[in-house]
Amino acid sequence: MTENKNMKSKYQPNKNGYYGQFGGAFIPELLYPNVKELEENYLQILESEAFKKEYKDLLQHYVGRPSPLYLAKRLSKKYGATIYLKREDLNHTGAHKINNTIGQILVAKHLGKTKIIAETGAGQHGVATATVCALMNLECVVFMGEIDIERQAPNVARMKMLGATVIAATSGSKTLKDATNEAIRYWIQHPETYYLIGSVVGPHPYPDMVARLQAVISEEMKVQLKAQKGKENPDTIIACVGGGSNAAGAFYHYLEDEEVALIAVEAAGLGVDTGKSAATSQLGDVGVIHGSKTMLMQDAYGQITEPYSISAGLDYPGVGPLHAFLHETKRAKFMNATDKEALDAAYELTKIEGIIPALESAHALAVLPKLALKKDQVIVVNLSGRGDKDMETYIKHIEK
Amino acid sequence: MKSINNIFKEKQHVLSIFFTAGFPNLEDTTKIIAELSTNNVDFIEVGLPYSDPLADGPTIQDSSQVALQNGMNLDVVFEQLKTIKDTNTTPLLLMGYLNQVIKYGEDKFCQQCKDCGVETVIIPDLPMLEYKNHYQQLFDRYGITNVFLITPHTSEARIRKIDALTKAFIYVVASASITGAKGEVSQQQINYFERIKAMNLQSNLIIGFGISDKETFATACQFANGAIIGSAFIKHLDTNGVARIGEFVQGILE
Repeated sequence: MTENKNMKSKYQPNKNGYYGQFGGAFIPELLYPNVKELEENYLQILESEAFKKEYKDLLQHYVGRPSPLYLAKRLSKKYGATIYLKREDLNHTGAHKINNTIGQILVAKHLGKTKIIAETGAGQHGVATATVCALMNLECVVFMGEIDIERQAPNVARMKMLGATVIAATSGSKTLKDATNEAIRYWIQHPETYYLIGSVVGPHPYPDMVARLQAVISEEMKVQLKAQKGKENPDTIIACVGGGSNAAGAFYHYLEDEEVALIAVEAAGLGVDTGKSAATSQLGDVGVIHGSKTMLMQDAYGQITEPYSISAGLDYPGVGPLHAFLHETKRAKFMNATDKEALDAAYELTKIEGIIPALESAHALAVLPKLALKKDQVIVVNLSGRGDKDMETYIKHIEK
Repeated sequence: MKSINNIFKEKQHVLSIFFTAGFPNLEDTTKIIAELSTNNVDFIEVGLPYSDPLADGPTIQDSSQVALQNGMNLDVVFEQLKTIKDTNTTPLLLMGYLNQVIKYGEDKFCQQCKDCGVETVIIPDLPMLEYKNHYQQLFDRYGITNVFLITPHTSEARIRKIDALTKAFIYVVASASITGAKGEVSQQQINYFERIKAMNLQSNLIIGFGISDKETFATACQFANGAIIGSAFIKHLDTNGVARIGEFVQGILE
């Protein structure tokens, strides 16, 4: 998982958590002891033999890893390229999110924490957190925007069944950004809790820790491509980006391999210029959100803009600092897909490959028609989650 | 405008009031300052309303939302403060979040503060490390002082470092909490205040977060140079309006 530990690459954060100008830990003093404790311990924990063994064991026997790398023949034929799907949708709980929660729950245990808090947008991270809390017998409180609670009802029911308390965030846009604010405010008032962040966002060391825990995705891709295709490196990797954890995981072990093109796909919502979008790289600029200096969507006075996407997992007004850096340095190409393009991509994959993707992952698929592809070009699309949670949306739109 | 440090020389215990600029009405900023000043408040924190105030409780969050809807922004507040620069003698502090400063332009923000006579800022999400690495030189260049917060969980070693960096006062956060009234001061909090007092720091100490009335203010003054009241004042302002600010302040000071 942490092969890169001895390699001081420019894609690794410095000791203060900076990727170039992005990152850091912009937190109220009230959170300093918590964040400092984590910062001082996370690398040592992640690199300990005890952690590695338990993490690997749970990923294999509980999550079901390695997730398959599937050659999507009909999709390949349609787009005239060799397209593989990294099947994170087949993980226990239905998305890549569990890679991170398994890792962080072990970190929390190593730190002696007994109560876990988390934010969630689509509910996938909330479910993944509630799941590992049930597994480890730890108390779990999940903050979720009031609007997301309505549009992701099945995941709310799952979290409750798993024993978590779900608290509605009623401030601001009542979505992921506000759920994160409420989780941070709760953390300030309950410093004994462990905040299990769901993406590569937040103050250092969270972005780096979450990226390392999701890096298993690209670690497996290398092995699987070698076995199936005879070489570790694809030509192109495509992943959707809200905060950016599945993309960070899919890119992680390829960041140094500059010949591998990395494509990050943001949610354009109704269109980048409609005022109803979540395409941070197109609409945002430098600022601080949730403790990290990064790219974010804001007005002329630094008030954070309320983003929009049909996908609850992508309507976040920032991106993780690693992604801001990949965008700035042009290491990754940032593209976007509208609600409609994502829906169309989801219906297409369902019909020709028999896989119903999550709406988030459908955004990654939706850029395939926009790329000039060659027949022998090897592409991996990170299929970050499955579509069960989005059935209501899919049914609603398919009738139109 | 007087300097804050002169206030500390003049008085043993100071009362500071926080309010959100642009609340309840856009044009209330200078009226509120005038009322607080007339009623002998020693220094005033002008809150810059922010969309995502992580360290603030519901009262200040709500007042910020109203202020933003009223059209408050940094240009407006600086213009308002410039109009009273020559008449107001009570020191003003600005309290806002770092993203506002970054987006406005760090140099421009400092220049505007200077032009308004503001020498002191409180930016709760600007920690000591980032301050030293990225802001200390800039603030020094404009003669602006940053106020750091300490909490019941801040280590003694860290408090000593903060003390060494402090030119105005240390903001002693009364409990592990976001802003908002708690009612009374617990024995645990008193033990914490005593611990800080016994450290004999070079800096003045001001207690805030949860100070709401005459009793909690008096308790805070036993251990510090004074206290800041925010949420309780905003609630009073919301219910009773600008004209009755005097009642609130006299209720604390009498």
